Amino acid sequence: MLEIKNLHCELEEDSEVKILNGLSLTVNPGEVHAIMGPNGSGKSTLSYVLSGRDGYEVTEGSATLEGADLLDMEPEERAAAGLFLAFQYPVEIPGVGNMTFLRTAVNAQRKARGMEELSAGEFLKLVRAKAKELQIDPDMLKRPVNVGFSGGEKKRNEILQMAMLEPKMCILDETDSGLDVDAMKLVSDGVNALRDAERSFLVITHYQRLLNHIKPDVVHIMSEGRIIKTGGPELALEVEENGYGDLLAEAQA
Amino acid sequence: MMPRAKLKARKVEAAEALVGARPLPESNVWMRRAREAAHARVLDMGLPTKRDEYWRFTDPRRLTAAEAEAGKLHDTQGEAPVFDAFDRLKIVFTNGVFDAEASDALEMDGVEIAPLAEAAAADLHWARDIYGVLEQRGQNPVERPLASLNTAYAREGMFIRVTGNPERPISLIYNRSAEDGDAIVHHVIRVEAGAEVTILENGPVAARFNQVMEADIAEGATLHHIRAQGRDHERAGTAHLFARLGAEAQLKSFTLTANGSLIRNEAVIWLDGADGSAHIAGATVGDGAFHHDDTVFINHAAPRCESRQVFKKVLRHGAVGVFQGKILVDQVAQLTDGYQISQALLLDEDAQFLAKPELEIYADDVQCSHGSTSGEIDKSQLFYLRTRGVAEDEAKLLLVLAFLAEALEEIADQGFADDLRDRLEAWLKRRG
Ligand SMILES: Nc1ncnc2c1ncn2[C@@H]1O[C@H](COP(=O)(O)OP(=O)(O)OP(=O)(O)O)[C@@H](O)[C@H]1O
Ligand SMILES: [Mg+2]
Repeated sequence: MLEIKNLHCELEEDSEVKILNGLSLTVNPGEVHAIMGPNGSGKSTLSYVLSGRDGYEVTEGSATLEGADLLDMEPEERAAAGLFLAFQYPVEIPGVGNMTFLRTAVNAQRKARGMEELSAGEFLKLVRAKAKELQIDPDMLKRPVNVGFSGGEKKRNEILQMAMLEPKMCILDETDSGLDVDAMKLVSDGVNALRDAERSFLVITHYQRLLNHIKPDVVHIMSEGRIIKTGGPELALEVEENGYGDLLAEAQA
Repeated sequence: MMPRAKLKARKVEAAEALVGARPLPESNVWMRRAREAAHARVLDMGLPTKRDEYWRFTDPRRLTAAEAEAGKLHDTQGEAPVFDAFDRLKIVFTNGVFDAEASDALEMDGVEIAPLAEAAAADLHWARDIYGVLEQRGQNPVERPLASLNTAYAREGMFIRVTGNPERPISLIYNRSAEDGDAIVHHVIRVEAGAEVTILENGPVAARFNQVMEADIAEGATLHHIRAQGRDHERAGTAHLFARLGAEAQLKSFTLTANGSLIRNEAVIWLDGADGSAHIAGATVGDGAFHHDDTVFINHAAPRCESRQVFKKVLRHGAVGVFQGKILVDQVAQLTDGYQISQALLLDEDAQFLAKPELEIYADDVQCSHGSTSGEIDKSQLFYLRTRGVAEDEAKLLLVLAFLAEALEEIADQGFADDLRDRLEAWLKRRG
């Protein structure tokens, strides 16, 4: 599904700042991978580079989605190809209603995939049902995108978008941060409901707790822009108990 | 620097040269007096120049020149004019001249309507206290000689007295068929106590226009004013709105401007009675040789009034937007709630926004805020939309419309707001 090979990137405006330094990982269809790593290790940057944000220069390596070169596509083409990023900090867009936003996005992607646009009625039914599952207040659908939403509401709104867009490759950047215990369960249920043999997840998190709900197949530890260790779910437990100290020392040795 | 006295002498000379010998239109006694007084004001104040404090950002020369610059008519390519889908009482002006044949009968329950020419011959009592009167009041503290010029020479306009709640909006439609020529149009509106009316204005008017609307909104009355200045690129003009509000009266005035090489819109509003409310808003889209100036003056002269100024401008390819807005709060105007925002979205580096927001407050218990910003499309918002699969152009369109939304929200009627929003969307799409 997603194949990242020896990815290097630096800041466009300052080539001295190298953020990804030879990162490789492969996510197969249906798998859930978790990435953990200290603050500033480049996790969000990886998610941005994969989704096509300006400001980063890829100097080496490749990233493909089902064989297609992601790095060569515009952000909207990556989305149409099936990539989705749930942002660590979802963006507020005053003046654009959440519903209009969702509908524009859903129909844009359907169009790009050669499908017919959803009628207003069909769309409304779908969004209401999905919102209900995530216990999103219908009022939130009417408000401008993320404006005045609480931290947890923003994260749930990200998952709602994911559920509506039905991507193949979902990247969740700290979707658990800012969520209370119940919301974490809701969001995890939302993610788990989407799990199937054709859909993969890359879950960036600091806490093992999320991984109790969303069981990963593989856990990666990232530091200074590369994966320093890969293992099973037990790796997350190890981090939870001992922190990154030993792992970092081990990697340096 | 030229000394003040010399500047003033030049302004007066220019006025003398322009209108010193130009005869005033025939009128009955009261209107003739109003015209003569206005004519004297013009000669006394002189014509505006770029040296004047409130003309620093906009060069008035095209507005004061003896001859209007001719300009090509715009090909609408069959697009229906704005407000077309709405049931309204249509009053048509062609090249600034009332076109009775093209208009509906000037009759509707709850309103009396007469063309200026008729009013000038008859003696409309109510209009006497307004024609040239509000304009004259508006000369202080800032001179607006072009409005006096209008009072002196206008032969066209509608005198509208609203006594009830007319069921249809009154729609002033300004068609243009000549490439050259001036239009001077002067409307007088009186909304009687408790009455409510919607007045629409649209159309390019003329190669050069000078419009004045004087509105007297009595106690508890409401005036909705929705204006779409659009289409023809090659036109210049100025429009003044002078409005006086009684106690608990309401005014909502919204202007959409698309294109136009030089447009100056002034609004001068007096909140004379307690608990009045005045909202003045504008959405402007300019591309290329476009210069648009909104100059607004709101005077809180009574307690507990509310005012809002919301101006949004989308500019590119050298388009220039100007906003000069002032809230003046008199000492008696305690518990004033005044808000003013002016914002420009600059779609490229050539566009320019010049703003002069002002607050002058003499009461101690008031709430007033103002803000002015200019910026580009927000990159992180654009990226966010694109990651959801929305193509770049469409995402930008969405963000531009979102930027304009706060101004459009000032239109009370959703139907008209949607119509104008659709116009803006089409305008933006045509330009890609
Ligand atoms: N646009 C930028 N300008 C300057 N520095 C940047 C930029 N983007 C990323 N960085 C730097 O790159 C490094 C990696 O940042 P990134 O946000 O990817 O870390 P992270 O692993 O997601 O951290 P966290 O766990 O705190 O979310 C940090 O040192 C950060 O300051
Ligand atoms: Mg991060």
